[in-house]
Amino acid sequence: MSEAIKVPTMAEMMAAGKSPEVLFWVGCAGSFDDRAKKITKAFVRILNKAGVEFAVLGAEESCTGDPAKRAGNEFLFQMQAMTNIEVMNAYEIKKVVTACPHCFNTLKNEYPSLGGDYEVVHHTQFLKSLLEDGRLTIEGGKFKGKRITFHDPCYLGRANNVYEAPRDLIKKLDAELVEMKNCRKKGLCCGAGGAQMFKEPEKGNKDVNIERTEQALETKPDIVAAGCPFCNTMLTDGVKGKEKEDEIEVLDVAELIANAQDL
Amino acid sequence: MNLIPQILFAIVLAGGVGYFAMNIKKLIRNIKLGKQIDRNDQPSERWKHMTRIALGQQKMVVRPIAGLLHIIVYVGFIIINIEVLEIVIDGLFGTHRIFAFMGGLYDVLIGSFEILAFLVLVSVILFWTRRNVIRLQRFIKPEMKGWPKNDANIILYFEVVLMMLFLTMNGADLQLQQLGADHYVQAGAFPVSQYLLPLFEGLSESTLIIIERAAWWLHIIGILIFLNYLYFSKHLHILLAFPNTWYANLNPKGQFNNLESVTKEVQLMMDPNADPFAAPEAGDDEGEPEKFGASDVLDLNRVQLLNAYTCTECGRCTSECPANQTGKKLSPRKIMMDTRDRLEEVGKNIDANKGEFKEDGKQLLDDYISREELWACTSCNACVEACPVSIDPLSIIMDMRRYLVMEQSAAPAELNNMMSNIENNGAPWPFNQMDRLNWKDE
Repeated sequence: MSEAIKVPTMAEMMAAGKSPEVLFWVGCAGSFDDRAKKITKAFVRILNKAGVEFAVLGAEESCTGDPAKRAGNEFLFQMQAMTNIEVMNAYEIKKVVTACPHCFNTLKNEYPSLGGDYEVVHHTQFLKSLLEDGRLTIEGGKFKGKRITFHDPCYLGRANNVYEAPRDLIKKLDAELVEMKNCRKKGLCCGAGGAQMFKEPEKGNKDVNIERTEQALETKPDIVAAGCPFCNTMLTDGVKGKEKEDEIEVLDVAELIANAQDL
Repeated sequence: MNLIPQILFAIVLAGGVGYFAMNIKKLIRNIKLGKQIDRNDQPSERWKHMTRIALGQQKMVVRPIAGLLHIIVYVGFIIINIEVLEIVIDGLFGTHRIFAFMGGLYDVLIGSFEILAFLVLVSVILFWTRRNVIRLQRFIKPEMKGWPKNDANIILYFEVVLMMLFLTMNGADLQLQQLGADHYVQAGAFPVSQYLLPLFEGLSESTLIIIERAAWWLHIIGILIFLNYLYFSKHLHILLAFPNTWYANLNPKGQFNNLESVTKEVQLMMDPNADPFAAPEAGDDEGEPEKFGASDVLDLNRVQLLNAYTCTECGRCTSECPANQTGKKLSPRKIMMDTRDRLEEVGKNIDANKGEFKEDGKQLLDDYISREELWACTSCNACVEACPVSIDPLSIIMDMRRYLVMEQSAAPAELNNMMSNIENNGAPWPFNQMDRLNWKDE
């Protein structure tokens, strides 16, 4: 945490007559959830380091409407979507990056038919492209040789077929990537999707995040890597529930990369 | 010349095919009770998808044991149909082994049918063992009690009996050929049924002919009964897997459809020039306002109803479902079974009331699918991914949630809180939208 982070807003950019390379869609979790804010900042530090000209919407950003839509409230979803689309179209946004697979999925797949057509990428895809373009170098640093297992977020993996970008980044850390018995297409949900994050689960004999955490623990990892703020919360809770929080960290892929270089 | 068997055969065949055609017509009518949906785009993609998934069984082999056994039975079913063609021609024209003129090729054909029939027998016995002895988890879930369990076993028994009859017929035929019986041409290779010959040792020609004829008749009658059984069974998948994969959703799985009826209303709401009190224009007869979401099968679309008829209750969806794995009531397979059961009920209602549906005080929601099931879904798409024939239980769950929330305001209280937060301050939690960038300086 060396220097202050630079986070320009779209409004500031526009006032300066500039247009950013990419809009960073922070999302509600990334803006307000204490754990997720750390992911947001880690990602920003990488963007700053790589010299990416990005901007955020700040107070002009609003929920994409994903949890409302999955809960069945199409009205609220479309109202959110159209409001956001108006803002983004006014700024002539072309490309969006987000660290939340739910925002990613909604912006990418459900906004176009409502008038919001952007190139939308998940932050792991974006980081991978920075790497390929030589704008970012990744070193293993303190993660060298560590056992890392990656939990596929449903809305990144099955929902949008993005499986390799996060894994490619983890491999660059010279870490040992170990797979859970259910991974990629068969990845087990963390239990938060479909608006479950905001309610108590239905009656059952176990919580979904505990089931998934057990699968993760079977790989004997040093770190459980996630690519979604909600998965992160669920797995962090799961690891705490198993009283393993002193041995096993749950970290976002962006945090892994930022921490590896002491950003 | 005795024409009676031929006439009898023609009647049996016409009856069997006719009754089946009648039921298929009913099935199509029932599916058309659903809402229209445009799934005719990207035809070349659709052909590819169908070829890969249905014809090529690509998803079956995700689970190698069941996949391999299934491919044997599937290939057996398709190939042995060539034999059925010969049986039909023989039956109608009073010939015997009409394809025998093919010579060596005929030997290869009959030989491979026999080997396949034997492999099918073995596979079917293993399938039966998995269901009834090993009792794999997914076959003994609550929704599988009663008819679904019996249905699955009946199908297996059918296949055992049909294969045995086929082999008995061939064995008796071979024995007759060796005895030089009239009418029984020397044709075919019998790699499996030759081992049945000791059973026929010492039987007179006339007894053998009775055995051969009886097996022949029972075999074809059995096939016709089996054909007609399909409509009443989960076994319909052998036909519907093809259209079902053709009409599959080709969009990314995370993309849920945007309701157009809602779009219109939201646009109106957000249009500063719209007059909310404007009287509808003359001639602007919109009829009843459209219902949001689904509470009954008639609110679902045709592909969803086709999905329900296609489901063969294998339970791969349910075994991958995180809610089901953790003991919740939700089972995606049950969603499909309930949808079909209710659709059948509606269909019978229409039949009984001269083509009109008479309100029966029942619906898919609550009478079949409970709210508890619907709210347990994490929308993770594991069920959709798991289905070997591209069925989408999630879309039905979402449509029913839409009905609960938009027509009944019946979401769980915590979700109502979440939604009013989004409405008031643009986030699912009660934080001020103006504070969205505070993290920068924390």
